[in-house]
Amino acid sequence: MLKLEHLAWNLPDGGEIIRDIDLTLQSGKLVVVTGPNGGGKTTLAKLIAGIETPSSGRILLEGQDITQMDLTQRARLGVAYAFQQPVRFKGLTVRDLLELAAGEALSEPALCALLTRVGLCAEEYINREMSAALSGGEIKRIEIATVLARKAKLSIFDEPEAGIDLWSFARLVETFEELRSQRSGLLLIISHQERILSIADEIVVITNGRVSAAGSREEILPSLLAEEKTDYCPRGKEVFCNE
Amino acid sequence: MNKITDELLRLVSDFKGSFKGAFNIREDGQCAGRQSTKNIRIESKTDAPGLVIRIQPGTKGESVYIPACVTHGDLDDLVYNDFYVGQDADVVIVAGCGVHTDDDAEARHNGIHRFFLEPGAHVVYKEKHIGTGSGNGTKRIDPVTDAVLSENSYLEMDTVQIRGVDSTFRRTTAKLAAGARLLVRERIMTDGDEIAKTDFEVTLEGEGSGVDLISRSVAQGNSFQEFRSSIKGQNRCTGHSECDAILVDHGTVNAIPALEASHVDAELIHEAAIGKIAGEQIMKLRTLGLTEEEAEEKIISGFLK
Repeated sequence: MLKLEHLAWNLPDGGEIIRDIDLTLQSGKLVVVTGPNGGGKTTLAKLIAGIETPSSGRILLEGQDITQMDLTQRARLGVAYAFQQPVRFKGLTVRDLLELAAGEALSEPALCALLTRVGLCAEEYINREMSAALSGGEIKRIEIATVLARKAKLSIFDEPEAGIDLWSFARLVETFEELRSQRSGLLLIISHQERILSIADEIVVITNGRVSAAGSREEILPSLLAEEKTDYCPRGKEVFCNE
Repeated sequence: MNKITDELLRLVSDFKGSFKGAFNIREDGQCAGRQSTKNIRIESKTDAPGLVIRIQPGTKGESVYIPACVTHGDLDDLVYNDFYVGQDADVVIVAGCGVHTDDDAEARHNGIHRFFLEPGAHVVYKEKHIGTGSGNGTKRIDPVTDAVLSENSYLEMDTVQIRGVDSTFRRTTAKLAAGARLLVRERIMTDGDEIAKTDFEVTLEGEGSGVDLISRSVAQGNSFQEFRSSIKGQNRCTGHSECDAILVDHGTVNAIPALEASHVDAELIHEAAIGKIAGEQIMKLRTLGLTEEEAEEKIISGFLK
């Protein structure tokens, strides 16, 4: 279980980005955090992962207060994070990164299985360098695979759909559903995509740094889609669009 | 062969108590062991210290090892090695050099290698350098490589400076005939007050010739590195040089590339990137459970792999 108590994060100039967020999210659930751009979704995810430190409030993972733990400590405790914009590494191969993520040497079948789950033809990629030789979409999918390899208590995916083609995205949605069905940990996905929202157990809407709505998919999604028609300018399948 | 040589050989030339195939071990300026094979003859030069290595045309799948070790200070070892690689031969040459000193006197190895590749010859040349020992004496390695590549020949140079070499100046020149290809992969790690300079000059004389110079380096402590490259395209050819460097602490790296095209179809490119380890890279590895120090170490070791 992940519990956020009065969580807040301010900019150095005092600007409030996250304001007094209280949330309780149960393990085994697939929770989608959504909301308008600039609302604080990514900041919230970074606070949970330990990339940013809250200005106030507490974060508890399975009852343990992790607020003062740094990024490494949280990772070792079982928090995994897939960046929205993954970084490249000259010299490190896909295998290197996945094995670091898994914390052990992986067999080729195990590596292939991880890569297949994110829509990559696995054998072609295992020994490739994580450099500019790979496209943005390929790097993004490998980033997601590093989180899958972690088998974490809490897996956070920041806009996993960004930069991924439609076919791979469909495979990714299946993977999230598989993970959810295993009920092995909490999946926290930041997304605007209706296809991801439609598989959520719970949806949390963050607007202007606050939780503006939270509840089951059945409770939240219809109102989100209704808002789309009245308050937002939809593009393609996005629920929200750039303002 | 003394114990220090034995240890250095294991570090620089994959030595596991013996070599398979042709070899010559140079220890403190003397021959500590030599073996020729039917296809690879190793003989002493008569006009200077060093070797003449002749690889018969058509030789396939054989290796030749020519490591050199300096195991004490107050020694300036100069050696001239000439490699004649016959037509369509396909071989691996493993060089490697270790300098060791436990006193305050300088230990230096200066290997001057000349390669003559006949048409269609294919050579992979591997070279590792290391400095060891507790002495304050300067550990220097100053290799010079001159290569002449005939038509459609191929030379791949894989050079690594592992650690502990106080000063190195590596000069490489190459001339390529039609269809010849040269690939150089250089990796250098410096720390403390070490200095490493490399200077490549490649002349693409023949039509369809090509070169790739890829240098990756890490400058830690107060160390200094300088990368110079000059690619001259005198025909329809392709030339590419790439210098990537990571700075740690107060390290300094200069990259000075030069391209000189004198033919309208010469395609020459240079890329250079120098900077610290990206914070995002460290952050990503920390999300995988590594500490900041472990992440830095992993990034550097991968970069120089």
